[in-house]
Amino acid sequence: MLNNFPLWPVQASTIARSVDALYIFLLIVTGMMTLLIFICLVYFAARFRYRPGVPAVQIDGSHALEITWSTIPFLIFMVIFAWGALVYFKERTPPADATEVYVVAKQWMWKIEHAEGQREINQLHVPVGRDVKMIMTSQDVIHSFYIPAFRIKQDVLPGRYTVEWFRATKPGTYHLFCAEYCGTQHSGMVGDIVVMEPAQYETWMNGGSTGPLSATGEKIFAELGCSTCHRTDIQGRGPNLHGVFGKPVQLEDGRTVTADENYLRECILDPGAKRLKGFQPIMPTFQGLVTEEQVNALVAYIKSIAAAKGEAAKASASAAAPPAQENAQTNALANGSQVQ
Amino acid sequence: MPNPIPQPAMPQPAIAPPVERENYLNAKYGVWSWLLTTDHKRIALLYLLSITFFFFIGGFFALLIRLELLTPAGDLVQADTYNKLFTMHGMVMVFFFLIPSIPAVLGNFLVPMMIGAKDLAFPRINLLSWYLYIIGGVMMLHCMLTGGVDTGWTFYAPFSTNFTNTKIVEAGLAIFVAGFSSILTGLNFVVTIHRMRAPGMTWSRLPLFIWAHYATSIIQLLGTPVVAVTIVLVAAERALHLGIFDPKLGGDPLLFQHLFWFYSHPAVYIMILPSMGVVTEIIACFSRKRIFGYSFVAFSSIAIAVFGFLVWAHHMFVAGMSVYAALVFSLLSYAVAVPSAIKVFNWTATLYKGSIHYDAPMLYAFGFLGLFTIGGLTGLFLSALGINVHVTDTYFVVAHFHYIMVGGAVMGYLGGMHFWWPKISGKLYPEGWARLAALIVFIGFNLTFFPQFLLGYMGMPRRYYDYSHMPEFQILNVLSTAGATVLGVGYLLPMVYFLWSMRYGKPAPDNPWNAAGLEWKTPSPPPTFNFDEEPVVTWEAYNYDELDSPDKGAPHKEEVPVAR
Ligand code: HEC
Ligand code: HEM
Ligand SMILES: [Cu+2]
Ligand SMILES: [Cu+2]
Repeated sequence: MLNNFPLWPVQASTIARSVDALYIFLLIVTGMMTLLIFICLVYFAARFRYRPGVPAVQIDGSHALEITWSTIPFLIFMVIFAWGALVYFKERTPPADATEVYVVAKQWMWKIEHAEGQREINQLHVPVGRDVKMIMTSQDVIHSFYIPAFRIKQDVLPGRYTVEWFRATKPGTYHLFCAEYCGTQHSGMVGDIVVMEPAQYETWMNGGSTGPLSATGEKIFAELGCSTCHRTDIQGRGPNLHGVFGKPVQLEDGRTVTADENYLRECILDPGAKRLKGFQPIMPTFQGLVTEEQVNALVAYIKSIAAAKGEAAKASASAAAPPAQENAQTNALANGSQVQ
Repeated sequence: MPNPIPQPAMPQPAIAPPVERENYLNAKYGVWSWLLTTDHKRIALLYLLSITFFFFIGGFFALLIRLELLTPAGDLVQADTYNKLFTMHGMVMVFFFLIPSIPAVLGNFLVPMMIGAKDLAFPRINLLSWYLYIIGGVMMLHCMLTGGVDTGWTFYAPFSTNFTNTKIVEAGLAIFVAGFSSILTGLNFVVTIHRMRAPGMTWSRLPLFIWAHYATSIIQLLGTPVVAVTIVLVAAERALHLGIFDPKLGGDPLLFQHLFWFYSHPAVYIMILPSMGVVTEIIACFSRKRIFGYSFVAFSSIAIAVFGFLVWAHHMFVAGMSVYAALVFSLLSYAVAVPSAIKVFNWTATLYKGSIHYDAPMLYAFGFLGLFTIGGLTGLFLSALGINVHVTDTYFVVAHFHYIMVGGAVMGYLGGMHFWWPKISGKLYPEGWARLAALIVFIGFNLTFFPQFLLGYMGMPRRYYDYSHMPEFQILNVLSTAGATVLGVGYLLPMVYFLWSMRYGKPAPDNPWNAAGLEWKTPSPPPTFNFDEEPVVTWEAYNYDELDSPDKGAPHKEEVPVAR
């Protein structure tokens, strides 16, 4: 019904439905509050307008009334809060088995790379009915990946990954906007999300792929000499990376963190930041030596060699949902370096 | 329907005295008597002139923005020019108009008078505040004329620190300097309100305007230093390449947002609280009643000031914060909405069984109530996490804060200007025109900003100069631009008739509204030291019952004309 209403955005994802439902609830609740206030205002204004000889009746106030009209709105607010929080949890918790897409933002374009190796610019092709998770970073300033038809938005930051997911429910072409002001051509940083029927999507996917992203990652892994230290036997000077992703990792300072995408990224670009227990800090930093796309490929590769697919999936989920245990406390506010 | 406000039984002898008595305006003449004055009333007028100037500059930018958005293509100005336009519009309006508006003009003029003081506690510091404001303003103008800034008023890093090549440091310094003006004004008010109340003017007898200014001053004192530090950090990263915000240098971009909003959320209350104070005075006077629940209204101002400091990260729900932090800030945002709701209900209840007059100030106050209610309720949408994700950084947010800051705060400011204009200038403005202007502003405002809520929910991002990718947004944008022209007329009108009234207006009686409050118990315009004798307060605030019923034996001698 809402899809044909000209002042309402198309509703093309599962989350869009939840958001619209809450929005309509709020429209009704606030509409009633507005009506109540406006009716009182208009009625009082008319009923109690100045009439010669009829003085105002002085009323000092009434704590009972005041407490009532503080408490009732507060209770209503709490309902809105709880409902809003539920929708938000859903928005921020990608399903474990979502298809992954890497997004690199730069002034002023979106570079997109599918796990299967397909690359696109300012366009994202996805099949209808499948969960898609975007792992995003920026090469320069902050951008924001916004798809109004899906009601989702997430800032894309330099220096870390943020995550956003959706499941499209309706084939079609939808707007993709950059929603965080990023300079001259901010309003040109737009594109299309193309939602296709699965069969159509397969055809599209099979055209012009360069092989899966993790294979590219494997090549880079060898080229950059990572494999000299990270060997699959126990001989290496660095830890064996097989099965690392998704597991808890013991750090030298006693903390335990979960090896999620942001952790891997940090290990590559800033190995000194989280030192591993039982190893010499000899891993060189690759900051500046690798592009964002190469980091993505490396991360995709390391994820692909995680012991069992199930493990990996669990980690992405836990990384994206409320960040695991102490990770949450240490990083909580100013830092927020977990994958969101 | 002109409803004469009941005047006290004794005819007011002070109407149109044949010879002008000495007052703060004619006490001295000459440029220096103004530029070196320490009289809070004259300083208020200096502020009035300067903020009006900036208001029209900011308004001019707004007009260009709206013209550009008339068509989807970016055809009127270049992308970079547009980005500078909305940046300068925001900076000028926030830092050089709204923040100083009511406190520096009406607050400066009225705070000492309302509490029965001769002046502010530190008259010279008050003058210094104005000079700091002017220095900041001149720096801002210079910055605009030599290239401007294009980051948006929010200065988000690392764009502001390492990417744009516009005049960030200069604009930052301008705001830094103006910030000190704001801090000093706050300091002056706090000390004045604590130390200089007339005998008998207890805390519970203070007009609620004073409570609002007290709360505002606290925010100014505690919040503004944070934005000053933030500006210094931006400048340091920009000039010295210290890694503070840019991850390439080892910094954290979210740190900037936390610092910025830690000031800028409370700053929105710097803008709205004084306006709430003004509206409270107006509603009491024109419904001839004591405010319903004085203490709730007073403490809700303080509650807003306190809670206002705890919700800053509701501007960052999609910025990359943890889910739990988002929950806390959403919850607290609802907590801060409660005191605002209390105020709206208490104002409405004050009308009940009142004797309501519809003079121009009251029309503005009604306008404020309507627009602030809509603005506040849309805050509930924004604080709902699930909805925020969709509408943040769209026109929905733009509409929300304009409803509050322009709809609410500016309506209140204009209402206050009309209410106290007779006191300030000693002249009456043309009532018919003033009512017309109130109506035009209200209609123009809604026409401009209501469509933006729809645009925002449809998904139009803010700060887009070209929307040719989505031409379906045009109709609402055209409506909005049309509304903006109406609004522009509405804002020009008061300026015209206020100026006109200074020359041709009828002389104002001392208390044209028969209002309560010490400021009305002194001549219009007031003498340099406000009161001929130090007032002694023996009555509660808003004693409209006593003012309206002469038979209750007009207990106060203040009605006696002051002959000189
Ligand atoms: C000079 C040897 C060396 C090279 C080359 C090297 N690493 Fe490492 N790496 C280490 C060591 C030692 C550690 C553990 C100690 C630490 O954390 O500082 C480590 C840790 C890691 C970890 C964390 C592993 C865990 O179990 O948590 C990852 C991921 C990683 N490296 C990836 C890479 C990638 C990708 C490359 C190539 C771009 C690379 N490394 C190159 C030595 C190396
Ligand atoms: C009544 C309670 C209020 C609530 C619950 C509320 C809530 C919010 C929320 C959650 C946002 C963030 C939107 C976003 O960017 O995602 C917001 C934005 C904003 N609010 Fe409010 N608000 C309230 C009142 C006010 C008041 C009184 C003012 C000003 C006087 C105000 C001014 C602003 C401004 C300026 C922004 C946007 C800042 C920007 O993104 O540039 N709000 N409000
Ligand atoms: Cu952008
Ligand atoms: Cu805020």
